[in-house]
Amino acid sequence: MAEMLPIKLTVNGAVVSKLVDPRQHLTDFLRIDLGLTGSHLGCEHGVCGACSVRVNGQVIRGCLMLASQTDGADVQTIEGIFEAGEAAELIAAFVARNALQCGFCTPGMLLTAAEIVAEGKLLDRQEIRNELSGNICRCTGYQSIIDAVEMVLLEKLKEA
Amino acid sequence: MKASTFKYLHAQSKDEAYAAFAEYGDEAVILAGGQSLMPMLNMRLAQPAVLVDINPISELSGIVLLNQQLHIGATTRHVDVANADLIAAELPLIGCAIKQVAHRGIRNRGTFGGSLAHADPAAEMPACAVALDATFVLQSRAEERRVKAVDFFLGVMTTDRRPDEILTTIELPAQTSNDAWAFHELSRRHGDFALVGVAATARRRSEGLEELRLVVFGCEERPRISKIAASTSLSQKDALELATAVAEDLDPMSDLEGDAKTKRIQARTLIQRALDDLFVEGANG
Repeated sequence: MAEMLPIKLTVNGAVVSKLVDPRQHLTDFLRIDLGLTGSHLGCEHGVCGACSVRVNGQVIRGCLMLASQTDGADVQTIEGIFEAGEAAELIAAFVARNALQCGFCTPGMLLTAAEIVAEGKLLDRQEIRNELSGNICRCTGYQSIIDAVEMVLLEKLKEA
Repeated sequence: MKASTFKYLHAQSKDEAYAAFAEYGDEAVILAGGQSLMPMLNMRLAQPAVLVDINPISELSGIVLLNQQLHIGATTRHVDVANADLIAAELPLIGCAIKQVAHRGIRNRGTFGGSLAHADPAAEMPACAVALDATFVLQSRAEERRVKAVDFFLGVMTTDRRPDEILTTIELPAQTSNDAWAFHELSRRHGDFALVGVAATARRRSEGLEELRLVVFGCEERPRISKIAASTSLSQKDALELATAVAEDLDPMSDLEGDAKTKRIQARTLIQRALDDLFVEGANG
């Protein structure tokens, strides 16, 4: 094993100091070292989006970033976003529209959808589909996921 | 899968990176956004001994306009290129094509220079860099070299960059109102690598177009200017004939997405669409 590296970062608002193996990617660090198993590992090469987490405010692939690169970073996982109530509307819409079956892709879908909603642009269904294209779902056929995101976007716009 | 073991160096400056190159030679690999390298590490297609992470080197990131040239720092992230007002105003071809680069989560992390240095034949940015006649600035401890995009790409994931060099900046001439451009791409899903794509620029003249720089990607081993297209000063009625001739001149690599014949047919259609765009003033932007 290579020399372990010290990292200090914020995960869901709490400061974490750990020693990490340089080759360990961020999602493995979150799941194995911190027990945050809401971020899933599907393909582990950046195709499926199930491992999505937020680093310094932006959604990224947790399998395509090393834990050792997150020294000083602010990381948010689906657990933190759920606790903060940030995805409450999206989660309600996913339930209302049956936008999940097995739920494996759902944390990544919610993180990506939350970023789309936060940008506050009204998108048509094709645009929502394009924006979500980096997150693969093998159950729903996507229609219900698009429904849910569209529902939240329309509600947001009504408020504004 | 998991990456094999490597030593990880967090380079805080170019000098620290050069020191790593001096010590480890071609055992050292540069890590920028990691959106191509990390999959290769995870799949163990790449097993470097040392990773030199250049993300902390802040001078390698940013977009500025100097003397009608856009200088894009190599570690500028795709999302920042896509959102930059300077890019929208001065380099509409890049502004259009960057939206087709990968998916949101990857654009948030992947870098402009990383995509170029990786040199995937199906990637959008290498083709745009060639079409726009970009110049790549490569720095080593000993010297700085400037290489034209057309000379930089040597083959599949092979470039003119030497192991002791960092691609630091990409210089692109700002597009003017006389510069026509076009970008078309065919992919099964938005954000996937192109099955085939076309990036093109040309100068508008009263008698049609000149200096046509037409690049087909996702097709051959590297992006190149079509010689047939470049040698032609054409008018709109010749577009179909030219599209056919340019497509016939291609030497497509067959892959899982299609054989050479299929790719040639797809390319011909996209080339024709691109030529149509070039002729219509204001079709783009």
